[in-house]
Amino acid sequence: MGGYSISDLWSILVMQGFSGLSLFSVLLLMALGLAIIFGQMGVINMAHGEFMTIGAYTIYMFSKVTQQYFPSLMPYYFVVAIFAAFGIAFAAGYLVEFLLIRHLYKRPLDTLLATWGLSLIMQQIFRTVFGAREVSATLPDWLMGAWKPTPDIDIPLNGLFVMAISLVVTAAVVLFLYRSSWGLKVRATTQNRIMAGSVGINTKKIDRVTFAMGCGIAGIAGATFTTIASTGPTSGSLYIVDTFLVVVFGGAGSVIGTVASAFSIAQAQSILTFFLTNAMGKVVTLMTIIIILMIRPEGLFRSKVRKH
Amino acid sequence: MNTFYTRWLGGKKGAIELAVLAVFILVVMPLWLDIFRLNLVGKYLTYAFAAVGLVMVWGYGGILSLGQGVFFGIGGYCMAMFLKLEASDPISTAHQTTPGIPDFMDWNQITHLPLIWEPFHSLTFSLFAVILVPILLAYIISTAMFKRRVGGVYFSIITQAIAAILTILVVGQQGLTGGINGITDLKTIHGWNINTDSAKYILYFTSGILLLGVIMLCRFILSSKFGRLLLAMRDKEDRVRFSGYDVANFKIFTFSVGAAISAIGGAMFTLQVGFMSPSLIGIVPSIEMVIFAAIGGRMSLIGAVYGTLLVNYGKSAFSESFPSLWLFLMGSMFIGVVMFFPNGLAGLYDVYMKKWVEKLAMKVKKIAVPGKLNSVKTEL
Amino acid sequence: MSRNKSMLAADDRTDLTRKVSALSLRTRAVLAVAGTLLITFTANSFAAEPATSAVDTTHLAVTDKVVTVGQLHSATGTMAISETGAIEAERLAISQINASGGILGRQIKIIQEDGASDWPTFAEKAKKLLEENHVAAIFGCWTSASRKAVLPVLERDNGLLYYPTFYEGLEQSKNVVYTGQEATQQVFAGLDWVAKEKHAKTFYLIGSDYIWPRTTMKLARKYIETVLHGSVVGEEYAALGSTDFGSTINKIRLKKPDVIYAAVVGGSNVSWFKQLKAAGINGKNHTLLTLSVTEDEAHGIGGENLAGFYSAMKYFQSLDTPENKDFVKKFKAKWGADAPIGDVTQAAYEGPWLWKKAVEMAGSFDTDKVVKAEESGKITFDAPEGMVYLEPNHHLKTRLRIGEWRTDGQADIVYTSDYIMPNPFPKGY
Repeated sequence: MGGYSISDLWSILVMQGFSGLSLFSVLLLMALGLAIIFGQMGVINMAHGEFMTIGAYTIYMFSKVTQQYFPSLMPYYFVVAIFAAFGIAFAAGYLVEFLLIRHLYKRPLDTLLATWGLSLIMQQIFRTVFGAREVSATLPDWLMGAWKPTPDIDIPLNGLFVMAISLVVTAAVVLFLYRSSWGLKVRATTQNRIMAGSVGINTKKIDRVTFAMGCGIAGIAGATFTTIASTGPTSGSLYIVDTFLVVVFGGAGSVIGTVASAFSIAQAQSILTFFLTNAMGKVVTLMTIIIILMIRPEGLFRSKVRKH
Repeated sequence: MNTFYTRWLGGKKGAIELAVLAVFILVVMPLWLDIFRLNLVGKYLTYAFAAVGLVMVWGYGGILSLGQGVFFGIGGYCMAMFLKLEASDPISTAHQTTPGIPDFMDWNQITHLPLIWEPFHSLTFSLFAVILVPILLAYIISTAMFKRRVGGVYFSIITQAIAAILTILVVGQQGLTGGINGITDLKTIHGWNINTDSAKYILYFTSGILLLGVIMLCRFILSSKFGRLLLAMRDKEDRVRFSGYDVANFKIFTFSVGAAISAIGGAMFTLQVGFMSPSLIGIVPSIEMVIFAAIGGRMSLIGAVYGTLLVNYGKSAFSESFPSLWLFLMGSMFIGVVMFFPNGLAGLYDVYMKKWVEKLAMKVKKIAVPGKLNSVKTEL
Repeated sequence: MSRNKSMLAADDRTDLTRKVSALSLRTRAVLAVAGTLLITFTANSFAAEPATSAVDTTHLAVTDKVVTVGQLHSATGTMAISETGAIEAERLAISQINASGGILGRQIKIIQEDGASDWPTFAEKAKKLLEENHVAAIFGCWTSASRKAVLPVLERDNGLLYYPTFYEGLEQSKNVVYTGQEATQQVFAGLDWVAKEKHAKTFYLIGSDYIWPRTTMKLARKYIETVLHGSVVGEEYAALGSTDFGSTINKIRLKKPDVIYAAVVGGSNVSWFKQLKAAGINGKNHTLLTLSVTEDEAHGIGGENLAGFYSAMKYFQSLDTPENKDFVKKFKAKWGADAPIGDVTQAAYEGPWLWKKAVEMAGSFDTDKVVKAEESGKITFDAPEGMVYLEPNHHLKTRLRIGEWRTDGQADIVYTSDYIMPNPFPKGY
């Protein structure tokens, strides 16, 4: 096929498979935060991309400070910075929920518009503080380069890193939702808000924390992005449509749905962009998703949610 | 005459509002502004078509379409294709490697006109295409979605995705659509030069009159039983369904009408600005069209026009002097309209101005026809 | 009492000579110098300020003291990053021209408009500059899309545009001067060099899906196949703004080309080079020649991701000539020590100077007269990149340089070509 030898084909398979997995982790991280928010509260947060950008800029700031004042700590700053990215995005999300979102729960379409306005404001803040130019964090050495299991196969290390992070984060989310008392309260509120309230759960607080968590995860996603792309004020808007489609395709509110959706979309896009050109691969993927959604609008996995 | 008065013009109140708008657009603006600024206003009026469409689709239909740019763009591109073919006759393109085809195809080393362009040699076909292609697309999308009861947020996101896809497609197929440059350098329509000052005046008035006509048409639609059902459907869809109506059909119809209106705007845009570009199809322009309708008042057809003019004026004025301030302002407008002014300018008018206007009208009426009282009609 | 004129003259003459010879030598010298100065000043003041009616017959924004020009770049939006350098360079040139007396005795005033990375806005602002402000010239645009949008306005209103970006050619408008290279100038010499120095026979072409990369790669492919007798083992285009190059890099690894020939633009550039590095492809084990990375992009990509790769440009900031060192020093003094200076920035700097020369040669600001002067083929300018020659086809005759990137974001120049005639409509391509 196309003049490749058998060992070539094997290498292609491995490397493409890995690219697909890599893309899968990226999509998963982006979509997880949004799925939680959407599933929990029916809120579409158009500023999700901007929370990712918060995480990315956090890494950038840490990288600059470390380089300037603590150059010996370069190999370590990254992990610390990821936690910081979560924290800052979490705090920002908490604030936004308190100021804006909680007034709009019954009006999902209006939330969409209001959060779009929020994203514009956030983009302008980024532009004013960090400048219009794109910036890059200096990555620690252990993230660069590739792992070579065989001479023909190069697995980029930062791809492995991103995969590891998404596994950890997904596991943490699942544990949180299904094994902790907070998670119990969250699930109760999702399934039947009124009953949960009557049982004594502070649904408002739950909503706030859930939203903030979704934003925090977005922050982590943005932080991992600094390993593959640069950051600018409008970086968030590059991924927002993909993220939404992953969430909607997976069936909102379902973690399994998000995982399955991210996996299938990533693999499809990866394979298609190998055989077709880059642009056409993307278009075909998007169109297939839309057609499938038209046939099965509730997505892959529907979760039992009572309509608000 | 009576039907015309009540249903097309919207009764006394509606007729006055329409008249005020007509005078503003057709008399005040041309007298007050020079041709350069008037041309800009003409451009804003074409955006107003999309906003008016959104009032129908979103304000009354409850369907938040984040992809109106798609229909605006399709209308615009159909018109642009006709104009480009006319401007690419073999004589003026004699210096190209392949004369007789648009210049951007020549740069992309295409040697003969693609099949899909052939029908656009005819003005009649192009005019039909401007309206029918968007309606067809809107029909397909909305049938697939509404028949399965997909609504609300899901639908909005899918319209967004469609806007994104169309942008990628148009930009990617450079040889077919001019790619990211768009289709530029349009000269004449059926031999009539669209770039002269007098042409700009004529096109301005045409856009204005078409816009007023579209508003009247929408009024007609909304004042029928259909309009009432639409409102009912927006607020309590299930009850309408239980009453025996096929909600999906109404939604499909409304969505298609909105699409056609936007497409007309797109075609007028191409004529007035002289080119068409994919930057009008995507997610950002589509959301901007929503804000035009929101600021004007999502339930007010007339308000949509004022909203569009106001926001675009602000954009031009602010972006020249304070580009960073403008984005803050626009973001706050989105939030403000949602939180504090859900009915936009029309809402503000209702709350503050209407009393005075009505008092004035009453006084005038009393003087003119003593003894006869006005009845307050619901406004459209 | 009036004396007879001739008697007065004779009397006065002898009177004067007697008076002058009565003066000391020093006084005579002073008088002589003063007299000469007086004459020079009077003559100069007539020559340096020709009346406005003589230099402007088309009602441009020209007064006796001031001439107004327009600057049309993106100050906001995705292109703002790239166009900032051009804005800065043009302003530097104009302030230098003003400091040395202006043009035809007039100081240059700038009206700056923001294209906002949106092509319809570019067209609108161009119309405003020409129809409302009547500027004598516009320095602006960066992407081909913005230039294409502005072109009909320029031609209709007979304006002048100085366009600084390296572009795909296939254009030659009376109303534009292209200070950036057109495709043949960038492509052929670079390919020759890489074929010779690196013994390259197989090429993998990758670009963004946009007219400039597509046209450039078409030229490159033809040249590789017919002139260099090499072969193209892959050709790919990534959607504008795309950040996922995994599949492309895998394909490159499989095909093992001698040279990766790249024309990726915008934000994709950063992802492209970062992912190459992550995949273990770097300057030490692969040869990569790119047409779209200048110091501006290197600033965003990061030198460590570019080290060892090559760019083909007509100018690099590291160019070691007295003119360039002086230019770099002045640029950084005005705009900050961190400001990168790339090929487009330098080309933008050339714009105002070339316009000045054309206006002075024409003795007028009228577009038609300036264009005639430009097409004379006699306008040259000692630019930071070296001497450039404005050819009658509105393009510049320049050299091509190959720079090898260092980890600090600057390039070492490893090759300088001879002067290359601009040929925007190459035959047979």
